Amino acid sequence: MQQGVQINLISEERLSRLTSMEKIHLILDDVREGTIVILEKGLDPDEQSKLIEMTMLEILPDGFNGIEIETYPSHEETPGFLRRLLGQRSPARLTVIGPANQLRMIRKDKDVISAWVSTR
Amino acid sequence: MSIFVHAKKRVSRFLSAFFRKRRSRIGIYGPPNAGKTTLANRIAKDWTGETVGPVSEIPHETRRALRKQDITITGTNGSTITIDIVDTPGVTTKIDYKEFLEYGVGKDEAILRAREATEGVAEAMHWLREDIDGVIYMLDSTEDPFAQVNIMMIGIIESRKLPVIIAANKIDLPDASPQQIRNAFPQHPVIPISCTAGSNIEELYEKMVFHFG
Repeated sequence: MQQGVQINLISEERLSRLTSMEKIHLILDDVREGTIVILEKGLDPDEQSKLIEMTMLEILPDGFNGIEIETYPSHEETPGFLRRLLGQRSPARLTVIGPANQLRMIRKDKDVISAWVSTR
Repeated sequence: MSIFVHAKKRVSRFLSAFFRKRRSRIGIYGPPNAGKTTLANRIAKDWTGETVGPVSEIPHETRRALRKQDITITGTNGSTITIDIVDTPGVTTKIDYKEFLEYGVGKDEAILRAREATEGVAEAMHWLREDIDGVIYMLDSTEDPFAQVNIMMIGIIESRKLPVIIAANKIDLPDASPQQIRNAFPQHPVIPISCTAGSNIEELYEKMVFHFG
């Protein structure tokens, strides 16, 4: 049997058609099965908060033990005065999510995420 | 009682209920082992004489959000704030019970701790969305502040428009770099402190009175 790791790249268009909970279930269902999920456009802060919460509720001893997640830093690390005043944040950029026991981030900078993936 | 006095009392009760400021609930958030419970204990001890919860070197010692109510902090100019401090479990995206085995904890106890920790983190995230009025985000100054969980948590706090103070803890350690935390989050006040040595805690109290008042 061939060994390998499945990677799902999900387009911004597909993500825009999903509700927050649908996105989170899509991610967690895939990641629990050992799939690496790459989102063309990242989750918003509220979705990130719910993803952490839902991840915690899915963890099992000797089974799924959580996620590794990494996003490019936003283009605008320090929002300008007007954006801060209006409470606007830069949209999240490409995001990589995988099972914590298979995906390990090696290095991240402004435009490069370097990750190491192992088979189960 | 005359109608006038009765009416005056009712108006007074209405106005006081309307204008009375609710106690702010200030959550201490951050990654595991940043010193959140040590800070919560110090704040509670300094202003009420009591503590909040136990401290240990084992990650996720705090597995439930712990609340200490009615803490009144007075600044040097005489201004005061009354807050509830909510000490939360360290936020993470992964918990493996095997990590606890390295600290000499038995397997059953480790599995129980891991389960409680996962529930605690989920609860802490729920609190942040529903019940927190301000945040002290606690970071270990010897660790990389750019960890994804910190970036996400600060983003979540900002999106809720909650006032936040970043406490750069463990400045007594040789590898501490509070400046790196300032560089990571220049949009927020960063106060370098050492909870165990008690360094610079007064500045944190001043900032709390100003920021959360």
